[in-house]
Amino acid sequence: MAESLEALFHGFAVAMTFKNVGFMLIGILLGVLIGVLPGLGGANGVAILLPLTFSMEPTSAIIMLSCIYWGALFGGAITSVLFNIPGEPWSVATTFDGYPMARDGRAGEALTAAFTSSFFGALVAVLVITFLAPLVAKFALRFGPPEFFAVYFLTFCSFVGMSKEPPAKTVASMMLGFALAAVGLDTVTGQPRMIFGVYEMIRGFDFLIAVIGLFGIGEILLTMEEGLSFKGVSAKINARVVWQTWKELPKYWATSLRGALVGCWMGITPGGATPASFMSYGLAKRFSKDGPQFGTGKIEGVVAPETAAHAAGTSALLPMLTLGIPGSPTAAVLLGGLLIWGLQPGPLLFVEHKDFVWGLIASIYLGNIVGLIIVLTTVPWWAAILRIPFSIIGPVIIVICAIGAFTVHNAMLDVAMMLFFGVIGYAFKKLNYPLAPLVLALVLGDMAESAFRQSMIVSKGSIAIFWSNGLVGGIMGLALILLLWPLIAGAKNKLIPKRT
Amino acid sequence: MNGESEQGGISHKAVDLFVAGAIMALASLVMYDSQRIGAKWAFDGPQAGYFPFYVGLIMFMASLVTFSLALVSKKSRRVFVDSARFRSVLAIFVPSAVYIGGIYLLGIYVASTIFLSFFMRVHGGYRVQTIAPVALGVPAFLFILFEKWFLVPLPKGPVEALFGY
Repeated sequence: MAESLEALFHGFAVAMTFKNVGFMLIGILLGVLIGVLPGLGGANGVAILLPLTFSMEPTSAIIMLSCIYWGALFGGAITSVLFNIPGEPWSVATTFDGYPMARDGRAGEALTAAFTSSFFGALVAVLVITFLAPLVAKFALRFGPPEFFAVYFLTFCSFVGMSKEPPAKTVASMMLGFALAAVGLDTVTGQPRMIFGVYEMIRGFDFLIAVIGLFGIGEILLTMEEGLSFKGVSAKINARVVWQTWKELPKYWATSLRGALVGCWMGITPGGATPASFMSYGLAKRFSKDGPQFGTGKIEGVVAPETAAHAAGTSALLPMLTLGIPGSPTAAVLLGGLLIWGLQPGPLLFVEHKDFVWGLIASIYLGNIVGLIIVLTTVPWWAAILRIPFSIIGPVIIVICAIGAFTVHNAMLDVAMMLFFGVIGYAFKKLNYPLAPLVLALVLGDMAESAFRQSMIVSKGSIAIFWSNGLVGGIMGLALILLLWPLIAGAKNKLIPKRT
Repeated sequence: MNGESEQGGISHKAVDLFVAGAIMALASLVMYDSQRIGAKWAFDGPQAGYFPFYVGLIMFMASLVTFSLALVSKKSRRVFVDSARFRSVLAIFVPSAVYIGGIYLLGIYVASTIFLSFFMRVHGGYRVQTIAPVALGVPAFLFILFEKWFLVPLPKGPVEALFGY
């Protein structure tokens, strides 16, 4: 505990330099912009900007990139409340009560509640990271290859168990990610795999290209299909509205706390921000005495999803830093960044790169404070940006995606590949194939495979090694329960008829 | 979602079957190539194709389930995307594909200018006064941002060559 605090203060010293606070500001502003624009989100926004940070110092770079992520989390709420269009998937639940509030002329109140709740969610999550992460890292130092594989296995099984999408499609999407990750040189034997004589394929598929295509281009195609025309409510936030909302918010402490806890849980186990926000909204609706009036513009209906989404988004960094397993696609992109800067995420990071880790954690505190102030003061600008017609903003976003894809490896083939992934993203979204497992499998594929192969070498090919001690057996057992959860839940529903 | 419109278009079931089939074909390819490089046990541990082979196998099985479920699905009249909406998707997809081809020939800055002007003119119906600042301003800003500030060279074509880049 005291150790964590000391390390944290050291982290503040690292993060509080003039230069890093500057990057923080740029990051938040870019992040809100990304969160507001259709087709650009946390994951692909960070992916596009990642190549620009290759030459930067890792600590500054990760501070800027993670601030883009916080900005995007804040930004998603703006479009939900003012335009009834979720800028990000995790702000869908915010539209339920946020937009009705805005229509009744309470936009300022709704936005203040959304931003403040986001901030509270992030704060709880970062407190959890501060005190839990060092413990998890210390614990994980004892992990060998079988334990690591078991944790990867747990991560992927929890996708199948938690996902709202059909399990078979979740598995297919995930395996597609693993298969794409395997393309190129085998890291152990050096043999080329699945390149089918095409020499360019030896580099393999870069997940940054996949992220830009799947989320960026895919989203643009969907937006185009829906023929979006932005019809928004204008927003004014002044100090008085903010103050009055703040006075009212403590009444909903139970909803906030519940949302934050749901968010932290869903962020650490990779459920992600989107299901967390829905779950928190659902719980608030059930427990609140105003439950039946949810959806007509209840401030609690804004507090619940926003707290959970931001808590999940933030706590997704915990497994990323301590175990090298990202809890969300955006955390996966940040992890890719760490690898490019030569930092191997995992328990050793806390020992070998203390400055970096604690600088990042301190920047989460600072970044969210800066973010809250920025979004509260600049809402009208973002609303104005949203009024730019799609026939201008759409092609500009495609140009930005193309540049982002090119700069990853300076390869034109990647730009064409991005378009191809865009088509996959569009089709998968429409057919209910989840995209997050694909991206995570693509990022973790090589690491999961090498953990598996090392375990197999140790055990001489027997999978009994995954039950060889209590720890690894426990993790595997939990993973199997999650994997079979759709079957278990299905059976339970059949045996015990649902009460309504 | 109102994917239930009945004014023609591509059926949801057909696309679902097609995608599941495509994933199965891809999975077969993965398994075939893994077999080729060896998916068994060598004297020093698993061969290179060991892990991908099982990935392919699971992928195949999962999509077989999806395929079968789609085959017996009763919602056969559901439309994946109706013709009007599909046209608007193509309206951005085709120009984007041409744009990416154009980057090869003209470099990214000139291609972007043409792409932006085309899209604003055809889909926004803007006049030249509105198009020009955006279509010229955005690439110019990007040029300064990448070539000058971040020193990241982007693809350039004959026009930039005239100016000595």
